[in-house]
Order: sequence, then structure tokens, then C-alpha cells
Amino acid sequence: MGLDIRWPIGLMFTLIGALLAVFGLVKGAESVSLGININLIWGAVLLVFGVLMLLGAAKGGKTPPAA
Amino acid sequence: MQAIQLQWIDYTILIAYVAFVIGIGWTLARYMKTSSDFLTSARSIPTWVTGLAFISANLGALELVGMAASGAKYGISTAHFYWVGAIPAMIFLAVFMMPFYYGSKARSVPEYLKMRFDERVRALNSVAFAVMTIFASGISMNALAKLLHALLGWDYNVALWVCSGVVLLYVLKGGLTSAIYTEVLQFFMIVLGFAPVVYLGLKDVGGWHSMTHSLQTVATNPAALYLKDAGTTYAPNAWTSAWQPVLAGPANNPMGVDWFAMIFGLGFVLSFGYWCTNFLVVQRAMAAKNMTAARNTPLVAAVPKMFFPFLVIVPGMIAAALCTMPDKGYRIPPAIVSEAAYAKAVDAVKNVNLLTDVARVQAVHDAVGKNIDSEKIANLIAANAKDKLTDTQIKQGIYNSIAENDYDGVILSLVKKYCPPGLLGLALTALLASFMSGMAGNVTAFNTVFTYDLYQAYFAKGKSDHHYFITGKVITVVGIILSIGAAYFASMYNNCMDIIQLVFGFVNAPLFATFLLGMFWKRTTGTGAFLGLFGGIGCSALFHALTSVGSNLDATGHVINSMKGGYLHVAHVFPSEMAQNFWLAAFAFIACFALTAVISLATTSQKSDADLKGLVYSLTPKIVDNNIPVYQRPAVVGIVLLIVCVILNLIFW
Repeated sequence: MGLDIRWPIGLMFTLIGALLAVFGLVKGAESVSLGININLIWGAVLLVFGVLMLLGAAKGGKTPPAA
Repeated sequence: MQAIQLQWIDYTILIAYVAFVIGIGWTLARYMKTSSDFLTSARSIPTWVTGLAFISANLGALELVGMAASGAKYGISTAHFYWVGAIPAMIFLAVFMMPFYYGSKARSVPEYLKMRFDERVRALNSVAFAVMTIFASGISMNALAKLLHALLGWDYNVALWVCSGVVLLYVLKGGLTSAIYTEVLQFFMIVLGFAPVVYLGLKDVGGWHSMTHSLQTVATNPAALYLKDAGTTYAPNAWTSAWQPVLAGPANNPMGVDWFAMIFGLGFVLSFGYWCTNFLVVQRAMAAKNMTAARNTPLVAAVPKMFFPFLVIVPGMIAAALCTMPDKGYRIPPAIVSEAAYAKAVDAVKNVNLLTDVARVQAVHDAVGKNIDSEKIANLIAANAKDKLTDTQIKQGIYNSIAENDYDGVILSLVKKYCPPGLLGLALTALLASFMSGMAGNVTAFNTVFTYDLYQAYFAKGKSDHHYFITGKVITVVGIILSIGAAYFASMYNNCMDIIQLVFGFVNAPLFATFLLGMFWKRTTGTGAFLGLFGGIGCSALFHALTSVGSNLDATGHVINSMKGGYLHVAHVFPSEMAQNFWLAAFAFIACFALTAVISLATTSQKSDADLKGLVYSLTPKIVDNNIPVYQRPAVVGIVLLIVCVILNLIFW
């Protein structure tokens, strides 16, 4: 149906991932849990996931491969 | 629970999610032209999307909260709700049942029942389903609003109406497609929002092996964590092995369940009854774009479902393990006590007018109104007498002495413990997302059943499609308003809600027998199905009235709470409510099955073989899968998934 769901998923996680990662970078002290800067790490993971979704959407046009 | 202070970053993540789901609804709005677009997605959605929505519609927030709770209470055995209680049924739905649902062109499960049997069976099923979805939605929204109130200090009414309003906005615009798309978004939110909490928790307890080692201590003395009554002990592997404790008998596992109830009651009757007949999940598969996609939907869903225990149950196990490590300063959240009661209890600890420790402990107990650990309170009083403790320290001491757990608080206590600002917003958004998409799922199933199976069938036959399109939209609004009403009802009449859920348990237990006979035995008649269902429901109610659980009987053997059964006569006592529930389902199924079969033989069918083509197994041409790649053939994929599931069971044997 018209909209490829990978666009909104990709956009949202790219946005949130970037936000988290930047927050982790700028406010390192507030982002630490058990000695690791979890906001930075997890933000990066979300960012990668989001970008992969966007790439999939851009490449696949309107029909995802699994269909 | 102490309110959490959210920072701007947390709110930004929350708002971003809400903006995206509303955006999806508005983008989809222009594709909504007919009632079928709105209510059934015009059967146009790819498999991976319907598959993830299928699993997401079931993964409500109450499940997230409940599974972590059970993980702490029962350990890895909780995974049976996935490996026994879901995967086999999902594979059966995909391989054997989907061809009838999808191939019959029915728009809903009740409509299939009408095609296969008659109007009576449809009416019974659709009315029960419609009422049930509204209450389910209301119960969930009530829990959400209460949570937001307790956690973030939001006003209950504002939280309820705002969240419902967001759901209304996107469902009214984009219909079922909107609900399905946001469910996929929610799926990723939950996985990506909770995975870091599991990771940090495991890291904190020192890894998987350290966790299982600690859980052995828990198993040999569960009373130390207030998990069981004092004196109850289990074998060391009771929390860490899935099958051995169950096979050892109900007295040897914390669930109090025997293997037969587990496999037949949960694994067959309840599981197949839910996954194969509940329109809320089946609707997702019916929205797929073709038969192969529809059949593969539950299979795609089965893959993440199989591994969800590691995301939702392991946090509970981490929580239980953490409690055994004094240096972590963690306990499973105690039963919720108001600030006023805490203040009174603190005064009681400090009260020098009470001469004996016994009197002070009693005073603390009266103030708190929950079971307390007398020994810990006595120590606290002594410590305070020795060197004056601050009020905060005393309050903490009382908190640690409450001998009842609020298991539903487990997951949030971990989120609070491990998530810094930012990650906190992500985890809370995931939770909020699952509440809202739960409501959306219920409302989209409700509007389809109401519009097609009640309104079109009994009130306004043969109107234009536009008429039903508008009706569907109106019913969406009505459904949300009714859900809000049900939420208020749940918040005000908690006991009534328990009764309603109990009754729905009775109604659902026998349902799968009707479907099984209907789909695989062409001799089954409408009268047989209708009366058999009633018989099964009656049998559930009777079973509940005649049995109870051990903890519900007082010293003289009288029933304490009739909600837990046995109000007519106590013919059998089960070790746990879970065992009673599984056995009830088993009896209801057998009664419904036998009655339907006997009455069908005694009556004649109104349907000819030609009428039943595409609806009954023996009269439907077999689907030939030769033209699709091997890895997309449902039977092949199903077998592979079953093998993986068996391996998982063996690993955690």
C-alpha cells in the first residue's frame, strides 16, 4: 500500500540514533551506565540500523525483497 | 515508586515517536478509499510487515511487564509460554489453517464461522470478540495511565485521553494499514529499546553463568526474596531449567504445574485457541497480499517470537539474581505503599512511647498494611535506637522489609536502575508504544468485526460500500471512546474487571475445538458447533466452581475468595492458579469437542459439499507449492522452525 514502511522506520531511527549519540558525546558524564557511555554506543547502533533501513527503502523501491 | 525525572532528550525521543506514528497515519490517509482499504488493508501488505505486525499485536505492554514479572517468579520455565504456548500453534496456523481463512475470502474470523456453520455461531463469536477487545483495550489503557501517573507524575485523566487521542488520530486516518505499520515500528522500538537494558543487566550480574549460579541460591530458598512462603524449597535448577522441574511434578517447580497441563492445557488448547482463532492476530495475516504471504506471516512472526524470552523474561531473572548480591543494593520492588503510609511507619519506628519491640513491629505493620519481615523491622528499630537514623534511611529500611513483591514493577525498576537520560527516553517510548499499538490493534479488530459481522449482517444489509466505509470510521471513534470507558471502569471496579476476564477465559477455552472440527471434519454441523460451544463454556464455568487452589482454602478447608473457584464445592485442589487454568482449558476443550461431535452426528448439515469447498480440509484442493522457492514453502519453513524450537528446549532442558 503506497508507503514503504522502511522509510519512516529508517528516518525515525536515524534521527533518534543521531540524537542519542550526540547527547552521549556532549554530555558524556550523564550518559554513563556501569562505566560505559551507553548513549553514544547505542545511539550509534540505532543510527546504523536506521541508515540500513533507508538504504533498503531507497534501493528496493516500493516492494521489499521478502515479499 | 519514586517518580522519574525525564529530561528534554527523553521527551524529544517520545515526541519524535508520536510524530512518526501520526505522520504514518496521515500519509496513508490518501490511500483509504473503500471500506476494504480501511478495515482489511485491501489485502496488499508484504509478508515481513504483516509478520512483524502479527507478533507485535500480541506483544502488548502488559505482556512485557508480565513476562519480566514471571521471569523473576518462575525463571526460565516462563519461556514455555513461547516455546510450548506459541510456536507450534503459529506453525499450525500457517500450514493448515491460513488456507481456509485466506482462501475463503472471509473478511474476519466470525465471517469464516458464518460461511462454515451458520449465523448463530457467527453472532456468538462476534459479540463475544467485540466485547472482549474493548475490555482488553480498556484494561491496557488503564494500566498505562496508572503507570504514567506513578512514574512520571502525569495526571491519570490527561495521560488516558492524550494517549487514546494519538491512537485515534492515526487509526482514523490510515485504518488497519496504519495500525499494522505502527506495530512494525513498535516492534523495532521494543527490541531496540529493551536490548540495552538486558545487556546492562547481564553485565551487572556478571554474565549469564553468574546469573544462573545466583538463581540456584534463589531456588533453594525462595522465601529470602519473598517469592514463596517460608520453608518452600526447590531443586537448585528450578529457576534455570525449563523442563526438569516441570517433569519432576507440580511440587517441584515454582509454577506448580504438571507436564500434562503444560503440554495439553497450555501447549494445545490455550495456545491453539489463541493463535489460531483470535481475530486480533489472524487479521494481520489476512491483510497479506497473497496466499503465500498470508501463510508465511505467522512463520515470519515465529522467528522473533522464539527468541523473545531473552528480551522479556531474562530481565526478570536478572532481577531475582541481583537480589542475592548484597553489594548491588537491589530488591524486587515491594508492594506499593503510599507516601503517607511510609511516613506513618517511619513514625512508628521512632515512637519511643511503644515500650516493646513487638508493639513497634506491630505498629509498623499496621501503618504499612502489608506483610512485613518482622525480623528486619526489629533490627531497624534496634539500629535506630543505637545511632539515630535519618528518616530516609528508616524509610529505606521499611522498603526493604516489606515481604510482598510488586512483580509488575520489575521491568521498570531495571530501566530506572540502568538507563541514563536518553536511553531512559528510548525505553519508556518503547513501553508507551506497545501500550498504544495494543489499543490500535484492538480497535482495528473491533471495527472490522463490528462493521462487517454485526452492523452489515444484522442492522444494515446491502448498503453501498461508502456507507460501510463511513460506518467503519464512526465505529473506530466509538471503539476508542468505549475503550476509555472500559479503562475508567477498570480503575474503579477492579473486582468486576476480574470477573469479566474470568468469564472471557470460560468463553475462549473451548473455542479451538469448534474450529478444529469445523475445518477438518465436514460432518460438523452448525447446530453441533453452536451447542458444543455453549456446552464447553458451561463446562469451564462448572469446572471453576468445583475446583480451587491450595492457597485459597483456609484452615478448615473453606474457600476464601470465590474468584479463585470452588464456590459450589471443592472437588479438587490444584497447587497453583496456573495449573487450575490449564486444566480448565483441557476440560472445556474435551467437553466442547465431544458435544460438537455427538450433536453433529445427531443433526443434519444445512450445507452441501459444494458450499463447504474452500472451508473444510477434505473438500478443498490442496495448495501446490511447487512454483515457489523451497525457502518460502510454509511446510518446509514450518519444519525448520519446529526443529529450532526443539533445540532451544533442549538447551534449556
